[in-house]
Amino acid sequence: MPALSPSIPALRDAFGDVIERALVSCGDTIAYVRRDRAHDVLAWLKDTPGQEFDYLTDLTAVEYRDPERPLEVVYQLRSLARRADLRIKVALDREEPLEVRSVYDLWRGADWLEREVYDMFGIVFQGHPDLRRILMWDTYVEGHPLRKDFPLRGHFSRAEQTRQALAANPEAHYSLEELSIAEAFHELPRDMRERLRRGERGFVR
Amino acid sequence: MGLTGPAVRRPREELASVSAMSPNWITTRLDFLTNWARANSLWPMPFGTACCAIEFMATAASRFDLARFGMERMSFSPRQADVLICAGRLPFKLAPVIRRIWDQMPQPKWCISMGACASTGGIFDNYSMVQGIDTIIPVDVYVPGCPPRPEGLMYGILLLQKKIKGESFTDDSLREERPVGPDGLYLPPDRVDELSEPFGNSISQTRSA
Repeated sequence: MPALSPSIPALRDAFGDVIERALVSCGDTIAYVRRDRAHDVLAWLKDTPGQEFDYLTDLTAVEYRDPERPLEVVYQLRSLARRADLRIKVALDREEPLEVRSVYDLWRGADWLEREVYDMFGIVFQGHPDLRRILMWDTYVEGHPLRKDFPLRGHFSRAEQTRQALAANPEAHYSLEELSIAEAFHELPRDMRERLRRGERGFVR
Repeated sequence: MGLTGPAVRRPREELASVSAMSPNWITTRLDFLTNWARANSLWPMPFGTACCAIEFMATAASRFDLARFGMERMSFSPRQADVLICAGRLPFKLAPVIRRIWDQMPQPKWCISMGACASTGGIFDNYSMVQGIDTIIPVDVYVPGCPPRPEGLMYGILLLQKKIKGESFTDDSLREERPVGPDGLYLPPDRVDELSEPFGNSISQTRSA
């Protein structure tokens, strides 16, 4: 039986019963966190010395087939410095609105991940700066495809789906920044502009 | 029906349109010449979305060498393209994109649907996938396979060349544009539903399952 991550006792000391339960599954430690304090726990995990989970590997959600079970939002964290992983889960009761606080302010990479979860599951991330669909087009009205009550082929007939898809005007739904990346060149930091001018595509620190 | 006969009595301006004439020796010779030229200098507009595009690249590369069939130049601009090759699955999100590319291509133009997904939706019989690009744009040649080998695509291209060599000036319907109609589709809705019907293993799945 692999041991729990040492982050769990530290979390329990700091947050007490906010950590609902913790278990080990396939060698990975999973901690269930109460929804109202989830953001505090994640911020603590990111910033506390000795934890330093500075990298959000993935953010996703799970809906189980059992209609009684709550939906879960899953945060897969990684500490690049300590080479340690931790999985945090937040259960969302179906009776209440599916809402959880955005972690965009902690990890910028959560931006598109939260948009994807919103698109596929309809979970609203409060405080997200730009919460709109990312995989389906903006005018998509059939629902959130990865929910269990969503039929595999969608709600509408194929003709109606095709009609709506052809009527979508893709250019109309991109933000100005997305359409004018080239025009934003002069707003980049000076060193980045110089690297781009030299044709450099990236660098390793 | 020769050059003499009705042609002599027609005013000059009517003769200006070759396509207005019935098939005769001149038009059939012109057909032969233009079709020979068209069929052997097809510039493809590659619309590669998935694994079929990898096979398409292999077809264009040196071992199989599409240039042997006059496809010397990939035309990444639809304005200079003759044949749209849709290589790979087409999600509904890309449907307006491929439709606009098709509308931007000048006549004469043809379309090859490469692979199972482009032709029928393939294994992706789900909410997000177009069930065959023929519900979006007209298709001339379907190439089966998942993905088709380069030989398969080349056979499809040869079939398209054969089809082009059989075309005629005098048939205006070949060059007719079929835009998206006022109901938002280019085919009647029941035709789209019929083309999108499930097949194979997925017929046992119902829409509500």
